[in-house]
Amino acid sequence: MIPPRFEYFAPSSIDEAVQILDRFGGEAKVLAGGQSLLPVMKLRLAEPRALVDINRIPDLAHIREDAKSLRIGATTRTNDLNDSELIHARYPILSDAAYEIADPLVRNMGTVGGNVSHGDPANDLPACMLALGAHFVVRSPTGTRTIPAKEFYQDTFVTALESNELLLEIQIPKARPGQGNAYVKLEKRIGDFPIVGVAANLVLTTKGTIESAGLALTAVGPTALKATEAERHLVGKAPEDDAFQRAAELAQEITSPVSDLRGPAEYKRAMVRVLALRALHRASARAHGGA
Amino acid sequence: MVLTEMTSAGDEETGPFMNVHVTVNGAPRSATVETRTLLVHFLRENLSLTGTHIGCDTTNCGACTILLDGKAVKSCTILAVQADGRELRTVEGLETDGKLHPIQEGFIEEHGLQCGFCTPGMMMCSVALLQKNPHPTEEQIRRAISGNLCRCTGYVNIVKAIQHAANKMAGPSGGGRP
Ligand SMILES: Cc1cc2nc3c(=O)[nH]c(=O)nc-3n(C[C@H](O)[C@H](O)[C@H](O)COP(=O)(O)OP(=O)(O)OC[C@H]3O[C@@H](n4cnc5c(N)ncnc54)[C@H](O)[C@@H]3O)c2cc1C
Ligand code: FES
Ligand code: FES
Repeated sequence: MIPPRFEYFAPSSIDEAVQILDRFGGEAKVLAGGQSLLPVMKLRLAEPRALVDINRIPDLAHIREDAKSLRIGATTRTNDLNDSELIHARYPILSDAAYEIADPLVRNMGTVGGNVSHGDPANDLPACMLALGAHFVVRSPTGTRTIPAKEFYQDTFVTALESNELLLEIQIPKARPGQGNAYVKLEKRIGDFPIVGVAANLVLTTKGTIESAGLALTAVGPTALKATEAERHLVGKAPEDDAFQRAAELAQEITSPVSDLRGPAEYKRAMVRVLALRALHRASARAHGGA
Repeated sequence: MVLTEMTSAGDEETGPFMNVHVTVNGAPRSATVETRTLLVHFLRENLSLTGTHIGCDTTNCGACTILLDGKAVKSCTILAVQADGRELRTVEGLETDGKLHPIQEGFIEEHGLQCGFCTPGMMMCSVALLQKNPHPTEEQIRRAISGNLCRCTGYVNIVKAIQHAANKMAGPSGGGRP
């Protein structure tokens, strides 16, 4: 299958890229790793008039920590999360997810920016970004703005990105002492999209109670879902099974899975509870210094 | 990168075209292709390098695996124009001066293939693995080839073939790390 025809641009600067996007007024698409876009174009589910390949823009691929944040450049490859010592040591939720996204060959091309911008509720990284409280830095011809992950996902394949906007960087609050997180994914076979995925992030006070909690779900709604009620329930509690059981139930309540080849809706809903419990326990163990 | 030729907007037949220059197995190659040409078609049809196979065309099977700047990727899901100016390595580049690459020897010695359709992709994926991790565990090998499907062998002998190559490449004194 060969994709439909398009004009191809490989700009060498961010400004040039957003100007081309602007000129095509919604008929151009950003090409990052191409591991979602090209399959979709082969199937004629997308027929953009132009592709703006952002891989030749310098400085868009990086993983670094500053005083406030972990900053991940948009064209950072999914496998770079896997290979990063910093990510393994301080943001294990991201290496948990990256290790199980697609297969190593797809991960060598696919980008972190593409994974979070595609808007597929089955992508694994959006739930991680919701649980971590990430912000997305985006640029248009008129300037730069920052969008919180929780306002980014609007509907299936619909995000807060305008057609002339380019995602530049993902900013995640810097890891603190007492913080632990995990992503747990159930898949039919290795390399597949998730049946269900759950992302959990806990920050404990020096007394050992939960200061803040992030909990988000993959593949059980029109977008990745932030389990706000469950998060609220956890704050102030001891990080123990009692609190986790109730949070897992609250998370289950916001889901609307559909029956498909990956399983019936009831099964998926049941698995949300099971995986939420596992993710919360693992996050708590890591907050206490475990692996 | 320059657009060398461009058809008018109303032309339904062909284009737009671009000139793509790459280095394949050490040699410079180029061709003018439609922007929508997939890298695997560029290799097979424009450069006549038919060792790289097309098994599924849906990014699932890995028969089209090649190395792009040293990394194993699926060439059915990359545009030829994306590879402009970059280094490619295909199965045709494994043999040097009439001598088989250790991974090719491994597949022969350990009976790592039956129909052979998946083999070029499996070998390119293995070469990338062994470059990054010269002494992989069985688990690491199985993870590394998880994007390459084989309908014949059941993978057992493929894993042995890769282990064979790892031992061979480590040399007589190598193979230390588990
Ligand atoms: C066989 C297979 C299995 C897979 N399994 C999984 C899985 O288990 N889990 C998972 O999460 N994903 C999976 N994927 C998807 C894969 O992770 C993709 O790489 C990812 O979804 C998109 O990233 P990309 O860089 O390839 O984006 P592209 O395909 O290039 O782009 C995807 C979309 O995002 C837009 N976009 C990309 N970058 C930007 C940017 N910087 N600014 C604005 N818009 C942008 C594009 O315009 C496009 O609409 C799988 C893919 C395949 C082929
Ligand atoms: S032909 Fe490329 S993955 Fe199957
Ligand atoms: S040997 Fe036949 S598909 Fe692998």
